[in-house]
Amino acid sequence: MNYADLFRVTLPETVLEVAALLVLFADLGLLRKAALKTRVTAAAVLGTVGCAVAVWAVYYEGAAGLSFGHNLLLAAGGSAGVAQVGILVLTAITLLLLIDCEFTRNAGEYVAVMLMAAAGGLIIAAAQDLLVIFIGLELLSLGLYVLTAFAKKSGKSAEAAMKYYLFGGMSAAFLLFGFSYLYVLSGSTYLPRVIYGVNIAAFNGGTPLLCVALVMIAAGLGFKVTAVPFHLWAPDTYEGAPAPAAAFIASVSKVASFALFITVSYTALNYFRILIPEFSAPGSHSYVTLRAVSGRLHETLSFLSGWASVLIVLAVASMIFGNLAALAQSSVRRLLAYSAIAHAGYILLGLAYFSWTNVSAQAILYYILTYGLTTVGAFGVVSVVERATGSDRMDAFLGLQRRNPLLGAITLVLFLSLAGIPPLVGFWAKFNLFAAVLGTSHSSTALGLVALAIAMSAVSLYYYLQVLKRVYVMPAVEETLVRAHPVTMTVLLLIALAVVGMGCFPALLQGWIASFY
Amino acid sequence: MAWTIYISFAGALLEALLPKDRHGLARWLALAVALAGLVIAVAAYAAGMGQGTTVIADALWVPSMGIHYKLAADGISRVLVLLTGLASVAGVLFSWNIELRTNQFFAFYLALIGGVYGVFLSFDLFLLFVFYEIAIVPKYFLIAIWGSTRREYGAMKLALYSFAGSAMVLIGLLAAYAASGSHSTTLADLAHAGLPVPMQMGLFPLVFVGFAILAGMWPFHTWAPTGHVAAPTAASMLLAGVVMKLGAYGCLRVAMGVFPRGLDPWGFSLLGLGSWRDVFALLAVVGIVYGALVALAQSDFKFVIGYSSVSHMGFVLLGLMTLNQIGLDGAVLQMFSHGVIAGLLFAIVGRIVYDRTHTRQLAELETMHLAKRLPFAAWAFVIAGIASMGLPGFSGFVAELQVLVGAWNARPWWTVAAGVGVIVGVAYTWRALQKAFFSDRLPTPDEHPKTGWHDLGAITWPEIAGVALLGISTIVVGLYPRILLDSIEPAVKALLAGGVQ
Repeated sequence: MNYADLFRVTLPETVLEVAALLVLFADLGLLRKAALKTRVTAAAVLGTVGCAVAVWAVYYEGAAGLSFGHNLLLAAGGSAGVAQVGILVLTAITLLLLIDCEFTRNAGEYVAVMLMAAAGGLIIAAAQDLLVIFIGLELLSLGLYVLTAFAKKSGKSAEAAMKYYLFGGMSAAFLLFGFSYLYVLSGSTYLPRVIYGVNIAAFNGGTPLLCVALVMIAAGLGFKVTAVPFHLWAPDTYEGAPAPAAAFIASVSKVASFALFITVSYTALNYFRILIPEFSAPGSHSYVTLRAVSGRLHETLSFLSGWASVLIVLAVASMIFGNLAALAQSSVRRLLAYSAIAHAGYILLGLAYFSWTNVSAQAILYYILTYGLTTVGAFGVVSVVERATGSDRMDAFLGLQRRNPLLGAITLVLFLSLAGIPPLVGFWAKFNLFAAVLGTSHSSTALGLVALAIAMSAVSLYYYLQVLKRVYVMPAVEETLVRAHPVTMTVLLLIALAVVGMGCFPALLQGWIASFY
Repeated sequence: MAWTIYISFAGALLEALLPKDRHGLARWLALAVALAGLVIAVAAYAAGMGQGTTVIADALWVPSMGIHYKLAADGISRVLVLLTGLASVAGVLFSWNIELRTNQFFAFYLALIGGVYGVFLSFDLFLLFVFYEIAIVPKYFLIAIWGSTRREYGAMKLALYSFAGSAMVLIGLLAAYAASGSHSTTLADLAHAGLPVPMQMGLFPLVFVGFAILAGMWPFHTWAPTGHVAAPTAASMLLAGVVMKLGAYGCLRVAMGVFPRGLDPWGFSLLGLGSWRDVFALLAVVGIVYGALVALAQSDFKFVIGYSSVSHMGFVLLGLMTLNQIGLDGAVLQMFSHGVIAGLLFAIVGRIVYDRTHTRQLAELETMHLAKRLPFAAWAFVIAGIASMGLPGFSGFVAELQVLVGAWNARPWWTVAAGVGVIVGVAYTWRALQKAFFSDRLPTPDEHPKTGWHDLGAITWPEIAGVALLGISTIVVGLYPRILLDSIEPAVKALLAGGVQ
């Protein structure tokens, strides 16, 4: 490790922190006397510029990560790079949607906390070491608790934040507990070494400890991605948090957490190749030996097999419960929360059947990025409707196509994409993901699970149509126009166009993701 | 020919952007787009006569997954594109009186048409699937917004049935794609991928049923009558006319084309059924007879037509299961024939009669003496009814005869059972015709006030044009079936030689 490397690899995080400080300085210093509207706009624009510079920094940092001794602390490029750019872009979009909001008078603090949380997300996406992972998770989570509580005049916001905080604190404790067992088994905090050590230990009779550790980690990380049964905070938080904060939780935090899942799954498969790079050439003698050794290890519980089974359980529970519970919702925010649970289930399935090659990682990133974008758009629509009608009930959407035809059309595109209707991007994401699952495993279990996932996404069409039915079919109760800030409308329109465009030309995004590897 | 797709989608987009109150403009634009589609379809049909499969467009769409943007047409596609052109023009003509959110109506309508054209022209499995799903969503909105009786129920039921069907298809396709490992999704590549026979046997019923749901196969037909009844006239014309054909086309092109060995005998027999072929043929025959019997007992005029569609689509599925040249010819011809005839029947019941009398109950229509008050409707229905019964001189006769002959060659008892369906078909059509138009019940004084019946409104030119278009099509095909068969036969022959034995 040298300081030049440290500076280069942590440049995106540094940029975000500097931007956060600048926002605070501008808001509390220069603009102290300015009107709220100006302060919000200034903070959001400064934050967006910070994100843009950070995107440049991600490209600048190159593909070599930050190492300490032989251990990689932070990766760069590859999945980490894609996830980091995704996090930054989604953060910028949520910041732009903030311009129209009036839930707080402390715009500067809000934006600063958001940028710092995003920096936590960047660390998670790149982390290769248990301790770095934990620091990143806490940095992100603490920011999210604060953001959730930011609407100080709303009791719901405080309640949501309290629930989120209690659940979050507990699952962080579980996670740390699980990590400590992994350290006991392996004597290292560097992920590939941890997995190597754990496998050896399990081979020598350490299986019970590994089981406990895996379950603890699943509880800790399952909380972050709203996997059933660790999802209970999600509906309340999505409902109570201010809309931009909810959008941030639903998109940025999800992207970061799934990037971490990708790191773990990828390392669990490839730890040998990472530890001893010269073995990496497929077809070489050592590669064959490696496969044979891994095959032997599969006979006992290894980190990989245990991890995959835990993920399958979470995936099946999330798909079924998320979709069925969403059927009963009358609040659109809660509906989006349960649909987020269902989508997490599909992605977890992709993680359970992870491929040696980059196919699975790319498919999951494709899914989570496009899902994040669509969800941010959906929360943007909800927030506009909420401001006009004062409610996020489904009935608040009645007759939206008359009250704001453009917003109605945007809702149509976003919700159909969430349901996975071609040619929108949500369909390609699902198709890509399921094709990766079936490409990885030809077993009938995999086919059965994919069949379940597809059947469940057929169920999901029902509740998305319930919203669209109110937008397009049922008569309006009120005829007043729903107005939104031009910037908000432009951002939402661009999101909808991106959803259609990427759906018609799916190769664009795929090519961009592949360019990082 | 690809322009049929692009024009329809462009038309849909334009309609969506039109100002709300320009009803006239919206109608004429829709008619122009539909007519342009028909002209292209006719021209392409004439130009493609006697040619085999012609590739229209072929580009790599998603290189990493081997998905091609491959549009092509063979004889079967051309016939169905022609049908779509006819049905879309007729549908616009019969929606001339839509006043509520006219531009949105035609936007959804043209989006649906574009999707249908796309399905018939796709020779890549995933492209086909994409267009297939594009056709589902507009149907929901067309029915839910502009429909009548229990429209939200009917629309949601239809959307969920369709989506469940397409989910089954998607599972089958993903499995076939993963197993083939060929990294290509064109129909030809998948069909030649040499999928293992047990796998084909497992996936074939999944994909076949997935598509057959939309073709109204018994016992998955229940969306059809409620959907047809709830839909506005143009939407029920399209539903019966072309959307149900999407299902049958998918069964033929995808299920039977990609998994040909799925029809092989199982090697054991259960209750006399020895293969999926027997199972689906049985379901088709049950559909024919059941649909006809239920139609006989309906009191709502539109339900009669709705169930008759189930019965007629049974002929298409039976024709597919004969697996011989004449049966498959008949199946494809029946798709065209039923598309035209059902469109005509729904137009008469939904637009000409219901929009004037505001009732579809046969018992109430009986008292209205429509033969005297709407002679045009009565005689149009006579023609359509006769065509629907399958009398010589109309397209239905040729098509059903071929299916029956094909079925006889395959399993004689199928023909006997389906024949019962034909006879009941005569009965229910006759009953509806008599009750709705030619009732001999004398009117009571209060039903026939001294001042005479109130005016039901004159027949408008779009109605006459629409009836003429569809009526002439069925008669032309009935009198000279070679006009379609010449292009269907080589295509079917190629399909049979290509794997479906």
